[in-house]
Amino acid sequence: MTSVPTSAAAPRADLPPATLPRPFGALFLLAVLAVIGLYIRSIYFTPIEAVQGAAQKIYYIHVPAAISAYLAYSLVALGSVMHLWLHDARADRLAESAAEVGLVFNTVVLTSGPLWAKPIWNTWWTWDARLTSTLFLWFIFAAYLVLRGAIDEPAMRARFAAVLAILGVLLIPFIHMSVYLFRTLHPMPIMLQPSAFQPNNPAPPLPPVMRTTFFLGMGAFMLLCVALVVARYRYAALRDAAAEANS
Amino acid sequence: MADETAPGFGASAWLIARKDLTVEFRTKTAFFSAMVFTVLGIAIFFFAWDSTAVASIDLAPGVLWVVFVFSGLLALQRSFSVEQSDRAMDALLVSPVIREAIYAGKAIANLLFICAIQLIAVPAVALFYNLPLGRPLLVLLGMAWLTAVGLVAIGTLFASMAVNTRLAELLLPMLSLPFFVPLVMSASYASTKLLAGRPAAEWWPWLRILIGFDIVFLVACTLAFPFTLEE
Repeated sequence: MTSVPTSAAAPRADLPPATLPRPFGALFLLAVLAVIGLYIRSIYFTPIEAVQGAAQKIYYIHVPAAISAYLAYSLVALGSVMHLWLHDARADRLAESAAEVGLVFNTVVLTSGPLWAKPIWNTWWTWDARLTSTLFLWFIFAAYLVLRGAIDEPAMRARFAAVLAILGVLLIPFIHMSVYLFRTLHPMPIMLQPSAFQPNNPAPPLPPVMRTTFFLGMGAFMLLCVALVVARYRYAALRDAAAEANS
Repeated sequence: MADETAPGFGASAWLIARKDLTVEFRTKTAFFSAMVFTVLGIAIFFFAWDSTAVASIDLAPGVLWVVFVFSGLLALQRSFSVEQSDRAMDALLVSPVIREAIYAGKAIANLLFICAIQLIAVPAVALFYNLPLGRPLLVLLGMAWLTAVGLVAIGTLFASMAVNTRLAELLLPMLSLPFFVPLVMSASYASTKLLAGRPAAEWWPWLRILIGFDIVFLVACTLAFPFTLEE
């Protein structure tokens, strides 16, 4: 994130809003182009899967979005621990920004999943371990944002939010375990297994052309995730600077 | 932290718990309303169900745990809102008591409150849903107690947070309910197996999740509690 071009001058709260640096920069533009490239490649230049048909193409969005959501939530946890430890407003701003972005990617996962599940599983939803834990991650971080909105005092807001985020991270293994004990239907990871990375594997889990699209998807979505967190962080920094100037 | 004349962790926690229970014992309003709410909930669920389609023994555990969680929320809500009047919380904070002991005291009072509700809820479900009496009911009470520990660990912490926000009544369920999912799930599957007369090997794994949850969140919430107080 440090490599983000920060050509604009440091925010000056006494200037009118029009001259303040805009949160969206070159990194965001690059991420949008990468996502457009991913869509074009996965729709026109990646073969249709033999068994699942066109529905399988959701995989190139669904899995990268899930990984990006996890990335964003990890940043929330990191920012929260750092904030409780160092009492640094920047760590809280990182947690706040990443939570919002994580919730967006989480929503993408929860909407693209059912679209794939209907033709493949013949049901929109099932109470499978992965689906349930993803849904409850969404609930926890929705509550996280509501909690932030319900507290006016910045120091208290930051501490409460950090406590909730850390407990939320502890909760997910328990939801996963309890649903897993019950039943699970979700496909096991295709790419996150050792045989996927063996160069001369005679039966790779994913043909090379699909694998390239998948990696492009991962790259594009993670770039978008980081770009959005950076943009949201800049916005939060501007907002805090303006609030400080007005107080 | 505490000077030499201050009571130790256990003693201060018990003092705070006793204070809360005394307040409750003298007014009895919260206990009475939570008890009526519980029995009412159990009775209302009965009419939401077609008795020819679902056997009452299959439905009873679900009803018990859902009603139990909601009546628990009523109790937890009260726990810190009583400290709001006359800013009694400030008096607690300036007293020579370490902050973890305030959490422990509040949690003990909530646990006893919720266990008292369970002593009414479990027999009420047994009565209305025609459950077998005897040993399974005692094991069910044990499961209820394990669930109550996890519920109180999470709920006491969130109640102390929610009471300081603009959306206190709405926020406590919103924060707590996702955390109650592993509890309700484990308790209801374990109790369904238990009441169906299945061997202990089938419900024991669920109790292990309950116990693990209790240990992890008791420790985590005790450590997190000081961060939810004003500095």
